Amino acid sequence: MSAPETRTAPAPTAGGGMAAVEAGARAAAKSDRATSSAAKTATFRVWRGDAAGGGLVDFTLQVSDGMVVLDAIHQIQAEQANDLAVRWNCKAGKCGSCSAEINGMPRLMCMTRLGELDLSQPVTVEPMRAFPRIRDLVTDVSWNFAAKKSLKPFKPRAPDAPDGTWRMDQRDVDRVQEFRKCIECFLCQDVCHVLRDHHKHDEFVGPRLLVQAAMLEMHPLDTEDRVDDLRRAHGIGYCNITKCCTKVCPEGITITDNAIIPLKERVVDRHFDPLAKLVQLVRGRKR
Amino acid sequence: MAGYETVEHDVLVIGAGGAGLRAAIAAAAEGVSVGLVCKSLLGKAHTVMAEGGAAAAMGNVDDRDSWKVHFADTMRGGQYLNNWRMAELHAQEAPDRVRELEAWGALFDRTPDGRILQRNFGGHRYPRLAHVGDRTGLEMIRTLQDHGIHQGIDVHMEVTVLTLLRDGDRVTGAFGYDRERGRFRLFRAGAVVLATGGIGRAYKITSNSWEYTGDGHALAYHAGAALMDMEFVQFHPTGMVWPPSVRGILVTEGVRGEGGVLINSEGRRFMFDDIPENYRGQTADDAEEGWRYTQGDKDARRPPELLTRDHVARCIVREVREGRGSPHGGVYLDIAWIAQKLPDAKAHIRKKLPSMYHQFKQLAEIDITSEPMEVGPTTHYMMGGIRVDGDTQMSTVPGLFAAGECAAGLHGANRLGGNSLSDLLVFGKRAGESAARFARENRASTVDEAALEAAAREALAPFDRGTEGEGAYQVQHDLQEMMQDLVGIVRREDEMERALEGLAALNERAARVGVTGNREYNPGWHTALDLPNLLTVSEAITRSALDRKESRGGHFRDDFPEKDAAFSTFNTVIRKGEGGRMELGREPIPPLPPHLAQIVEENR
Repeated sequence: MSAPETRTAPAPTAGGGMAAVEAGARAAAKSDRATSSAAKTATFRVWRGDAAGGGLVDFTLQVSDGMVVLDAIHQIQAEQANDLAVRWNCKAGKCGSCSAEINGMPRLMCMTRLGELDLSQPVTVEPMRAFPRIRDLVTDVSWNFAAKKSLKPFKPRAPDAPDGTWRMDQRDVDRVQEFRKCIECFLCQDVCHVLRDHHKHDEFVGPRLLVQAAMLEMHPLDTEDRVDDLRRAHGIGYCNITKCCTKVCPEGITITDNAIIPLKERVVDRHFDPLAKLVQLVRGRKR
Repeated sequence: MAGYETVEHDVLVIGAGGAGLRAAIAAAAEGVSVGLVCKSLLGKAHTVMAEGGAAAAMGNVDDRDSWKVHFADTMRGGQYLNNWRMAELHAQEAPDRVRELEAWGALFDRTPDGRILQRNFGGHRYPRLAHVGDRTGLEMIRTLQDHGIHQGIDVHMEVTVLTLLRDGDRVTGAFGYDRERGRFRLFRAGAVVLATGGIGRAYKITSNSWEYTGDGHALAYHAGAALMDMEFVQFHPTGMVWPPSVRGILVTEGVRGEGGVLINSEGRRFMFDDIPENYRGQTADDAEEGWRYTQGDKDARRPPELLTRDHVARCIVREVREGRGSPHGGVYLDIAWIAQKLPDAKAHIRKKLPSMYHQFKQLAEIDITSEPMEVGPTTHYMMGGIRVDGDTQMSTVPGLFAAGECAAGLHGANRLGGNSLSDLLVFGKRAGESAARFARENRASTVDEAALEAAAREALAPFDRGTEGEGAYQVQHDLQEMMQDLVGIVRREDEMERALEGLAALNERAARVGVTGNREYNPGWHTALDLPNLLTVSEAITRSALDRKESRGGHFRDDFPEKDAAFSTFNTVIRKGEGGRMELGREPIPPLPPHLAQIVEENR
């Protein structure tokens, strides 16, 4: 924005002005190049089937780079396979509905641009593997909703002010906002080997819900204690910190380092700290 | 007929966005059994897309604010067609509803003394929007969801409702199918709350997802309820315009609230060129004053970019039509310029507008901290909807309630940004409580098997036509093109007459749509069943827009470009008449009671 402002009229134009127009024209041209309006052909190898089984089916279509994978799926749906099953909602990376495995990577279809994929090869699009298949790209993710209920809910301290409100420092709020950004796409659950390969759904709540537990535990107002649950009911010990969940998170939440490890530390402090154990024993004897 | 599963609740809530969740929580708190139905998974509804914040006159940032000013702002924004009782209740109760979210775990941004921070938004005199960066909607829906799942509510995810059940005049439940398996489900209930959101999918360029097909509007209409103000569709001024696949995705008004300016291809900040008379006294004289306003200077007045959405959208359309648009048919929205004002502007923008930064970076390869965005209007919100009683949210049909976007009244001819999140909290709660009271006195009754059978037969008919029928996607696509072209931001009588003819033809095509595959999670079938609802609301919009021969709020007539006082005294009402024909009427607006008239006068 260092270019001098030239104005066509004496209208008030704080900032922006011609400098903005020039920058905008450059951005538009750049974005044109990025979306390379020239149409080309690409093949999408989409998993089709249901709980009983299925396989990959190739669809070839005209695409442009500005498109995202979800656009391609919609185009297939509209033109070639009206009954191709897919979940989606906002198409802007905010609702976490269109999770799938694109060329083997767990990703949101709405945020995966074709321009970043090698279109000389077929693009494989498959449903998440950690959950039971329903049809085509749609899986049964209801387990995540049921597991969430097993977390003890938020329990605030008494209000700080007579009018029933609380006072919080922005810094304390900021600390948990990272966890509250979660859009519940369940890609972290999908990639976690404890769920994906070992199917420990009954013993381990998975990264998504450990993020939720961390959010509650670090919430500035919360007074509930979830440490024992984390160890027993929620199986936090199963996580061996491979950080795959962090890698696939479309919101960039540092799941392992910021959520899971601090929770593990709390569990260790309470249950496995020899000094604390000793104190507990002594206190226990006194009683 | 094909079998169906029966479930019974005292209160059935249809739709699980903010309004539906809040209604379900309120009904459950009354001690009745509650079922909550949604077309998607829980927590995915369009509320997650709301970015700016929830308007509530808490006065945390500017203690001159009060419910009275909020009321006056809402009425002015709605051009006085609002249901004034709703505007009054909304302004009075919004602060408590927002604080209540905090008790359920929501974490809003803070003031220096630790209270809920509030930001500026178009049409609000004082900083009033409680917010969390630019993802307030996600914060709200997640808070309601995480609280709601512990209130004993039965959630029916991925279920579409086909029709409402009636016993005499009263609504006594709903009949639908689960999308996963395609099995029919009967919901018997003492009362039903509709909270189905908007109608954005009737248009080609929209910020709405596939879900917003006017289901609640159509269900209520067919159950005999009156719709109101259907001519008032809000076109949000700033949607993305490029690349084509993201066209219509929302760019939050918060960008302008933080100092973003609109520029045409000549480099002119064109919003200063046309300031409506009734906002002149509240609008900045120059750019410097506008900037000071965005930075919290209480003596400054708002920049013209923060005028109401209807006006800003029309100004953008004017610039583009007169050849001063950006390369892809929008205008420029520039926030990067604030580097001239703030030393750490780039970091500041990323902190204040993280989702916007992310969205443009990832989807358009634009860095908004150094480049302007290209933006243009996008179909965003339906002010019109189901006509309800202001206190109870009951429709004109006993036992049928409505809250949130699918209800009409609060916003009049134009909604102020931030008033929808507070709307769904205030009236979601009221609808849930009223429905619970109604259900306690009116138990579920006998079911009309013949009506169920007819509904099931109709729903399955597209399979009988199979590949012989046209696909639903093409019909939906043609409808969206037509509504965009003929009943969009700028309307004309001859174009809308053509739209009515077009709708008749589309109705015939919709009746012949065919579906392939089976009933399990079949989007082609789902789209076929959404079509009749879209066609119903499109016809209601077109007929209402034809009747209002003036320009007001979200409704702009090229052939009647001025506001006409003769049209300020009534709401347009749509009902299903004898023989199934759509009938239009005009309902006079009751005069403002003296205490509210005085507030309006004091805040002129």
